[in-house]
Amino acid sequence: MIGMTDGFDAIYSDLIMEHSMNSYNKHELGACDLCEEGHNPNCGDEIKIEIKLDGDVIEDMAFTGHGCAISQSSTSIMIDVLRGKTLAEAKDIIADFIGMIKGEIKDEDELSSLEEAIAFKNISHMPARVKCALLAWHTVDGMIDGVSAGK
Amino acid sequence: MTNPRRDFPIFDNTDIAYLDSAATTQKPRCVIDAERSFYERGNANIYRGAYALSIEATEAYGAVRKKVADFLGGVPEDGVVFSKNASESLNLLAYSYGLYSLSEGDEVVISIAEHHSNLVPWQYVTKKTGSRLVYMYTDESYELTPDEINKKITERTKIVAVTHVSNVTGTINDIKAIAKRAHEVGAVLIVDGTQSVPHMRVDLKELDADFFVFSGHKIYAPLGVGVLVGKPELLEAIPPFLMGGEMIEYVYEDRATFAPIPMRLEAGTQNVGGVIGLGAALDYVSEIGFEAIETHEGKLYDYALKRLSALPYVTIYAPPDREKRTSVISFNINGVHPHDVASILDGCGVCVRAGNHCAQPFMRYLGVDSTCRASLGIYNNEDDINRLAAGVEKAYGLFEKYLTRS
Repeated sequence: MIGMTDGFDAIYSDLIMEHSMNSYNKHELGACDLCEEGHNPNCGDEIKIEIKLDGDVIEDMAFTGHGCAISQSSTSIMIDVLRGKTLAEAKDIIADFIGMIKGEIKDEDELSSLEEAIAFKNISHMPARVKCALLAWHTVDGMIDGVSAGK
Repeated sequence: MTNPRRDFPIFDNTDIAYLDSAATTQKPRCVIDAERSFYERGNANIYRGAYALSIEATEAYGAVRKKVADFLGGVPEDGVVFSKNASESLNLLAYSYGLYSLSEGDEVVISIAEHHSNLVPWQYVTKKTGSRLVYMYTDESYELTPDEINKKITERTKIVAVTHVSNVTGTINDIKAIAKRAHEVGAVLIVDGTQSVPHMRVDLKELDADFFVFSGHKIYAPLGVGVLVGKPELLEAIPPFLMGGEMIEYVYEDRATFAPIPMRLEAGTQNVGGVIGLGAALDYVSEIGFEAIETHEGKLYDYALKRLSALPYVTIYAPPDREKRTSVISFNINGVHPHDVASILDGCGVCVRAGNHCAQPFMRYLGVDSTCRASLGIYNNEDDINRLAAGVEKAYGLFEKYLTRS
């Protein structure tokens, strides 16, 4: 149990708490091009993600729903990171994030694309919370695949 | 009662406040030793051996039937069937008893507070047989009222399946009243005793349940052993659930006849080591005695409730009547997701469950997504509760400034 408490304090940081409790990304977009719901039956977490596209660029993105601080903040920070990116760029960033959470990518340089989302790095040591951190990212990954499949 | 915590090696090896006994209990040394000793000295397949080792294993296995029968107030040994866990016992009843006895127009009555294992099998079986699944709903005190029991159990009811103690709210159901009503209308009563047997004396004759199931691992026995106890005359009428080795009599190319109960309901090689561990666990619990267990756990339960209720930001989901609840405390920090609370508690070395407790329809009915759940075992002490309360305060402390602003 060495450093467990420290780890938790690091995870429940100001950045993560701010995004989970008072996110400016949490609202309805109104008109959107892509809309998808993600859920985690284990804990009852449900999020709805909306994306507005300009060509293949994510012009805007927002979410609604409910869940734990990790899933809510992960969703909100993901939106900050992916806004303005092309779908192909977003797909790569999502792969990096998933790799980080699964503990497969550890080198911080490789994770630079993640910007603030690197704050979730310690989740890789908290197996019980991996699903919470990944919920939104998996959902958007699926939305992008849906666009590619539709082309 | 001497300090039972010392009987559990896990507490020599970790410094945790283990408050998740409703999920599974820790195992005392005597149980671990009994299972180890079986594999070291007594391991052989049962029933078929022509040699002493197998005969001894068979006897050791059979002796646990008697222990279970005695533990539950002296029921016939023939009526004790071993399974993998309570879920398997309930599936056996649903598939074998339910599937063959139900027909269109019949009703199966369960409570909204059931664990998925006493709910999903009945969904399947009622759909398959064209019968109907009817729910008894709890009142604002998380209890099944006599009115609700009498209203839902009717002449159409063929099976009533309820939990003895809720794994979410700790509510103790009035099984005697439910049994009386069920028998009045000619229905059979199945009781899920998983959350009751570790905490209170259960006398099956007194409860008058027709079938009673529990999981060994929640009463200090190894994982992977469950029990189904039934009135022998009812078990005899049940067609086999799983078929194969040990449960047959004669097998021809096109048909088979089956062994008498209880073997008929135990197909294949059983978890003999686990059953022997269960025997040791029941001996252990009996030796401590339920008077001591109820006193000790009752005091801790009251203390935990007092500590948590003192926190104005905590909501507790428990019946107000002290006599109607036991061993399980579901709670939430208002505005904070239980998984966050459980993670922060984990960081403090406090083990609680967070989630829907395999009772999604009940959580939906209560209007909550999930809760934290602290549950007690005989090894818990006041220090565990102090650590829980301190952890909850810490969790609230982390969230407080964001909660007041949002």
